[in-house]
Amino acid sequence: MIKKRWARRHLAEAIVKALMMAAFVVVAASLGLILWTVIVRGVPSLTWSMISQTPKGGYYMGKEGGVLNAIIGSLYLAGGGTLLALIFSLPIALYLETYLGDSSWGQYVRLSLDVLWGIPSIVYGAFGFAFMLALGMRASLLAGIIVLALLELPIMVRAMDEVLRLMPVDLEQAAFALGSTKLEVALRVVTRQMLPGIVTAVLLAFGRGIGDAASVLFTAGYTDRIPTSLMRPTASLPLAVFFQLATPYKEVQERGYASALILTIIVLIISLGSRWISGRLNRYTIK
Amino acid sequence: MNEQNQRFRSETVANMEGRPSNRPSAARRLRQDQTARRAFSIITLLPVILILLITIGLLIRAWPIISRDSLASTVFGVIWKPEQGSFGFWPFIMGTAWVTIVGVLLSVPACLLVAFYLSEYAHNLTRSVAKPVLDLLAAIPPVVYGVWGLLAIVPFVQGFIAPLSKRWLSSIPIFRVNQPTGFTILTGGIVLAVMIAPLIISVVYEILAAVPNDLRHASLAVGATRWQTIRNVVLPQVLPGIVAAIVLGASRALGETIAVLMVVGNVAKVPTSIFDAAYPLPALIANNYGDMMSIPLYDAALLGAALVLLVVILFFNVLSTLVLQRMLARKWS
Repeated sequence: MIKKRWARRHLAEAIVKALMMAAFVVVAASLGLILWTVIVRGVPSLTWSMISQTPKGGYYMGKEGGVLNAIIGSLYLAGGGTLLALIFSLPIALYLETYLGDSSWGQYVRLSLDVLWGIPSIVYGAFGFAFMLALGMRASLLAGIIVLALLELPIMVRAMDEVLRLMPVDLEQAAFALGSTKLEVALRVVTRQMLPGIVTAVLLAFGRGIGDAASVLFTAGYTDRIPTSLMRPTASLPLAVFFQLATPYKEVQERGYASALILTIIVLIISLGSRWISGRLNRYTIK
Repeated sequence: MNEQNQRFRSETVANMEGRPSNRPSAARRLRQDQTARRAFSIITLLPVILILLITIGLLIRAWPIISRDSLASTVFGVIWKPEQGSFGFWPFIMGTAWVTIVGVLLSVPACLLVAFYLSEYAHNLTRSVAKPVLDLLAAIPPVVYGVWGLLAIVPFVQGFIAPLSKRWLSSIPIFRVNQPTGFTILTGGIVLAVMIAPLIISVVYEILAAVPNDLRHASLAVGATRWQTIRNVVLPQVLPGIVAAIVLGASRALGETIAVLMVVGNVAKVPTSIFDAAYPLPALIANNYGDMMSIPLYDAALLGAALVLLVVILFFNVLSTLVLQRMLARKWS
């Protein structure tokens, strides 16, 4: 009797463990499957002219050209958005860490950031659009940058906040003991010690910004030219993929897959690069 | 060292004698600190203001449609004919609900298993492999998920799952195959399931990591297997957090636009089967932004759709975040 119960609970253990490993394999395999699909379908049409040229006349019917306009546009959009978000994120994260800590107002701010993080990008896009209507603005690089900055802000602050919480208290206390003000501790001690984490947070937000389509759809517009000023509309890679897939021509769709591959490569470089950079920067922190 | 000391001493002396020096005085440093504190605290209001601003902004733009038709008849209206001025959201709301529910149902069991595996069983080596895998899954842009769905999942559903269901499950209404394409709710659900997996797994893993090991050790020490420990000791502690993680995943799925839009068929009809096409709210907004200035009230209707989406997601998010904050801040004695 005892022996049977023993066997049953160990059988349950074995079954659950097998299920868990199977689930893990499924999740890991789906990443592999996504990358494999995009690479296999993208590589055949990924030519040098895809990367080095803007769309020529009749591009969307299968004639010559490339998606340089979208690559540059996406870099402008995400670069500008990230920079703008950083200007606001760093003070908020430092204020949360050095001044507010775990106070109730700090928890409210964190709650509101988490809620903002959960707002889908299409709502940011719609809001940006409503705002532009009110101001009489047209779709432009600037509007796209602002909306992306709003989208990236909560991601960046929360990611920074998570790392700043790991700040060794001794270091801060040592600086306070020497007579530093909170501002000096925040800028000269916390920011330097936590630089690897801050860089990771910035790159995370950049990656999210460059891949987002729904928010720039309304605000940045789309054009075949590389934008020359902040007030011009601009193309972006996610939308380039989307629009090319929406055409009925096979060649253009193939180029859409190639554009998706370019976007994936950029995002992978950012994701892997941020690991590498934060590893390098970690050498210069106090252990 | 000596030289530095000397310099420090001479500077200190210079300060004490009130002679000009390049070091800012204490008063100035304190003033800077005060100014920065004020500036930082104002910037910190930004997230809170932003939430209000988005809600109010959308409400104002959507007001014409709400005041004409009333909120209830807009939300529950089934007829969507912008040219004739009827804007009923119901088919789109149901489309969103179906795709989200299918996605969450597909995702949650696997996510829970993976999170428990990583937290309770896996070696450190496995964990160090899992982290980058989940990070990359989370980093892949929605449009790439859409491309994957289009190239892999649409044919898979069309050529494999739908015929299978036609053969074995056609007597059950929600599995009935009413249209021949692979652009179905199930397709969107599969894509969403993979998209929300990294979020759910990492949130559940974080909650599990906050459960103290003493509890596990006590259970293992009296002879329980690991699974018994999970089921009887760990799970009761984390149940609210798991529910919150699922709600968080669901609200992410609700708002997903491009990836779903590319694979779900976009037919404005209340679906009855997971093999029907659907037209979720975000897809409606994204697909029609081009025409919305040309038809009266169309822009109000679309921004109203965004408002509906926002309100539901805000509600889900606030609830689940509050639960999670409480769970992670819990003090174990």
